[in-house]
Amino acid sequence: MYSASDLRKGLKIQIDGEPYIITDFQFSKPGKGQALYRTKMRNMISGNQFSNTYRSNDKFEKPDLEERTMQFLYAQDGEYHFMDTTSYEQIFLSEEQLGDNLNYLVDNMEVQVLFFGERPIDVSLPTFVNLEVTVADPWVKGDTSGTDTKPVTVETGFQLQVPPFVEQGDKIQIDTRTGTYMTRVKE
Amino acid sequence: MSTPHSLRQRSMLLQAIRSFFFNRDYIEVDTPIRLPVLLPEAHIQPFTSDGWFLQTSPELCMKMLLAGGCEQIFQLCHCFRKEESGCYHQTEFTMLEWYHRGWDYTDLMSECEDLFNILASRVSGLNGLNAKGDIVYKGRTISLGKPWSRLSLRDAFVHFADITADEAIAKDRFEEILVEEIEPHLGWERPVFLYDYPVQLASLAKVKDDSPDLAERFELYIGGLELANGFSELVDAAVQRERFVQEMGAIRQLDRDVRMPEQFLQALERLGDTAGIALGVDRVMMLLLGKEKLTEILPIDVRIMQ
Repeated sequence: MYSASDLRKGLKIQIDGEPYIITDFQFSKPGKGQALYRTKMRNMISGNQFSNTYRSNDKFEKPDLEERTMQFLYAQDGEYHFMDTTSYEQIFLSEEQLGDNLNYLVDNMEVQVLFFGERPIDVSLPTFVNLEVTVADPWVKGDTSGTDTKPVTVETGFQLQVPPFVEQGDKIQIDTRTGTYMTRVKE
Repeated sequence: MSTPHSLRQRSMLLQAIRSFFFNRDYIEVDTPIRLPVLLPEAHIQPFTSDGWFLQTSPELCMKMLLAGGCEQIFQLCHCFRKEESGCYHQTEFTMLEWYHRGWDYTDLMSECEDLFNILASRVSGLNGLNAKGDIVYKGRTISLGKPWSRLSLRDAFVHFADITADEAIAKDRFEEILVEEIEPHLGWERPVFLYDYPVQLASLAKVKDDSPDLAERFELYIGGLELANGFSELVDAAVQRERFVQEMGAIRQLDRDVRMPEQFLQALERLGDTAGIALGVDRVMMLLLGKEKLTEILPIDVRIMQ
């Protein structure tokens, strides 16, 4: 159990059987009065925002959250199948649950899947992934607009802006937090 | 961590505070901060220290000195309150507390006005003040010109909240409404004294002669920040004992050890009319030094050593 004095930004607590992460937190205490713990949080399953004010004697259960390393196997009919790299157990997640992560997900990629009890609720990708450029306009040497960028498509179908010297078949590193190009990767 | 510049400003302010009180005939006292017994206050949690306690305020010791014959005393000291940590709270903080025999809470309000005006005019180069000597906080200008606003707590509830102070207390929503609906509006044009608290929220304050459900307690607000808490002291030992019994009951329900501060109650018998006030020095420094977080004005933020 957590008590109100444990509350802080980033802490995960359970309310009415669902896991919440605290996104904003403020301690306040009018002179000589009861302490108030003003808390904003996000439901880790639905994503809904929620705020509440707690008192010193409020208690919170710890949500049963576990992160497991899993490997992406294949996609079929909108279901994305993953395998636990330790137990070989297989699960699948929906397109909706994966959201923007689909922009970077390729076969055999290792990801962290967050479980609430037995239920997979979130996926975190590595911060940097290397993906192959599948569609790119050729680089015109002598192009003077050296600072410009151009759009390319990578193997997942994701489009992004890259420097003009990146060519089809190159591998590039992308920051999955922002979806931006980092560097060209030599293999 | 503070820069040499802000440390110098802090030092000049501390010196100006001392000069202010010396010029008005106060004695500076420095009482023990580690004590075998504290005043029972349910909403303030002390740190224990080898079986004793670190003071949560110097009130107990200072009132004992007053009972011993001192007329006017002040103290700058560190106080400790467990689990109070936030943007405007530190578990260890600097308190300025002063008492004046023969006074009531309205005299202290006037003295607060004088203190701030002297600090703002005597200490040069304070980053939190503009050329006219107004406080500039969160982009707004707050005049320190006298007299400051005075607003009774009951009127504040009528003005800013949709229930009365008494209803809020009955529904256990008093603190929540005060913090969320009232405090943010207080003290943006000039400082505000919020005064006359329901007696159950003023354990150590004197009951008003003409309305027995109110106590002569006030809080000072500038820019939505609570800076000081003062009152006409309750000096009736029998009434004080009854209030402590209630507080002790609430404290025991929280599984904390507590005992009656008998020497304090004996001292109270000899106190006579007295007014006293505690002011959060770090918050005042924050305003006058033009900062928005307490951690920016602390000489050392101990958390970096963890």
